[in-house]
Amino acid sequence: MSFFLEVLIGGLLAGVMYSLVALGFVLIYKASGVFNFAQGAMVFFAALTFTGLQEAWQLPLWLAFVLTLGVMVGVGIATERVVLRPLVNQPQITLFMATIGLAFFIEGVAQLVWGTNIRRLDLGLQDEPIEAVMERFNLLVSKFDLVAALVAGALVTVLAVFFNKTRIGRALRAVADDHQAALAVGIPLKQIWAIVWSVAGFVALVAGLLWGARNGVQFALTFVALKALPVLILGGFESILGAIVGGLIIGAAEKLAEVYLGQYVGGGIEGWFAYALALLFLLIRPEGLFGERHIDRV
Amino acid sequence: MKTPWFQRSLAAAAFALAIVGGVATDAVAQQPTQFIGITGYRVGPYGANGAAFFGGFIDYLNLVNERDGGVNGVRLTWEECETEYNNTKGVECYERLKTKVATGPTAIHPMSTGITYAILDKAPVDKIPLITMGYGRTDATDGRVFPWVFPLLSNYWDNATGIVKFIAEKEGGEDKLKGKKLVLLYHDSAYGKEPQPVMEAEAKKLGFELKMIPVPHPGNEQQSQWLQIRQYKPDWVVLWGWGVMNATALQTAQKTGFPREKMVGNWWAGSEVDTQAAGPAATGYYAATLALAGKNYPVVADIEKFVYGRSKGGDAKLVGTVLWNRGMAAAMFTVEAVRKAQEKYGKKPMTGEQVRWGIENLDINAGRLKSLGFNTMLPPVKTSCTDHGGAGVVRFQQWTGTEWKIASDWMNGDRAMVRRMVEESAAKYATEKGIKPACMGS
Repeated sequence: MSFFLEVLIGGLLAGVMYSLVALGFVLIYKASGVFNFAQGAMVFFAALTFTGLQEAWQLPLWLAFVLTLGVMVGVGIATERVVLRPLVNQPQITLFMATIGLAFFIEGVAQLVWGTNIRRLDLGLQDEPIEAVMERFNLLVSKFDLVAALVAGALVTVLAVFFNKTRIGRALRAVADDHQAALAVGIPLKQIWAIVWSVAGFVALVAGLLWGARNGVQFALTFVALKALPVLILGGFESILGAIVGGLIIGAAEKLAEVYLGQYVGGGIEGWFAYALALLFLLIRPEGLFGERHIDRV
Repeated sequence: MKTPWFQRSLAAAAFALAIVGGVATDAVAQQPTQFIGITGYRVGPYGANGAAFFGGFIDYLNLVNERDGGVNGVRLTWEECETEYNNTKGVECYERLKTKVATGPTAIHPMSTGITYAILDKAPVDKIPLITMGYGRTDATDGRVFPWVFPLLSNYWDNATGIVKFIAEKEGGEDKLKGKKLVLLYHDSAYGKEPQPVMEAEAKKLGFELKMIPVPHPGNEQQSQWLQIRQYKPDWVVLWGWGVMNATALQTAQKTGFPREKMVGNWWAGSEVDTQAAGPAATGYYAATLALAGKNYPVVADIEKFVYGRSKGGDAKLVGTVLWNRGMAAAMFTVEAVRKAQEKYGKKPMTGEQVRWGIENLDINAGRLKSLGFNTMLPPVKTSCTDHGGAGVVRFQQWTGTEWKIASDWMNGDRAMVRRMVEESAAKYATEKGIKPACMGS
């Protein structure tokens, strides 16, 4: 039983790490209705910039964080000016294609500026089991994962308040619903997009720091976006809460499947199991657990 | 108006310099050249690995030009084509480089098992040797079936049996392995599955229990694999990973409380790229190597003097790292193959066929390694038609937290078993492809 609980808890905590990345996707989708293919690249760029600045000038963590946040806001504003502004009122697929180009551009620039060497990112938090839990319950719970879960929880709370209780948040939702209608009622679309891309940059930075501290800051950080996709399908593309709940379900399900089903088929199934689960879910609830159901008048 | 004397002097000096420079440039331009095509990768998921390997490779080529003026007067030229470790791009690069000059690209180092497989059938047609140092098809060691492929030094199965022998030594002898539990944690790909038959044979022979656990690509999340390991309670974990999988394995081993002193990586899971990314979690971890790390070799000192001293080097931070040294060794074998071929065919640029003969007749003994400045960084290598590896040995290093420390001498695994399995596998391939095994000769 304790092994089952370990797998379950480990999966839930891993799922929170996926949710962190998924949150960035949700933000952009909520504000523009676009699936931002560049989110993984932004996670990589943010973490690489953070460690690059730290290494180059021996900066303390907080200062490197502030400077990197500044860079990410700059990236957000530049994205709005160069990529999105010329595409206002274009079909969603055009915006999606633009984000594919953006992903390759960000990946290339990141490697050009900071090089391809793998960097260690030390946040002063070792990825070790919590001894008290281990001794008392013989359960393995990682300190690092627990902190990551708390960070994700805090982030979700802040974002939920931002979207639901502030004027900008409401404007973001209006823009997502209809660009032209939002413009007609005086919502400044350009500023809104710049803000939301900057906030997505902030989320990418937080995700990049946690994933980078775990695996080292390297190109493979771009792959964490792949872990976020089934989370989004399951949780819904427009819901912050959905990103968290979806992450927890995907994390737990893929770990349990790998451990208990994998042995019968040679293992290595968690890579695709999450997608299979998400696809199955699509058949039952296409908008995801917390996604908005769209009814179009024909 | 009279021209001031210093202006006239300046003009005269410039004219003289132009003449001397022109003559020197002409001399270099007229010098025969040996073109080397490089299918490298410096960006993408494995960019850090490629940057170190190909950095060392090119630094050595530069050394041969700067210090020796080339190979017997034949200067080396090269072009690097970016594959991003992608099979399709690897084939594109191969096609682009193969016709760049009349003599071909000398020899190709794909530095990827996938790319090796993708161009394996093209190489004999194009008459281009492939050097696959420590990767690619293991059975290509049998040159009677694979005359154009050279898994120089050692192959995957030498590596796997070497790891088992190293573990046996740590346990106090092969007989002590009976009843022990080993886990093979492998990258779920053709590369990762390569050691499976030989590990199963070793388990059967020595009586240890073997559990093989795959890690899906890219391997940046291994919680479930390590929880299985925690439940299984193995005595040792053999890590057969690549890229982010290695650092993640070390971090997750720490998370689940598995001692790193009981983990042994293969030679693609044992570089600074892996251990530095994992931080303190890597301390105590063992890994196999093909070429020792460190700068304490005359050849490295020469590169620092003749290449970096003349601002022709790559990234100085990589000098002396595991993969940089391995890349430098790969370049040395290529250069020595050209030199060997020149002994037979004359001191001029060599074609692929001539270089193939050179690689197949390499004899780099301890004395030659010393004169080349490599000393004990590499084992002696003697290739032949039947043995395209030439060494079959492996050495182990342990990560101290800041550097790799030598943890064993050069050692063989089970060479007899590996040879038998290589011949069986090569014979099967020959039957499938309708190849009649034979030595090519010159």
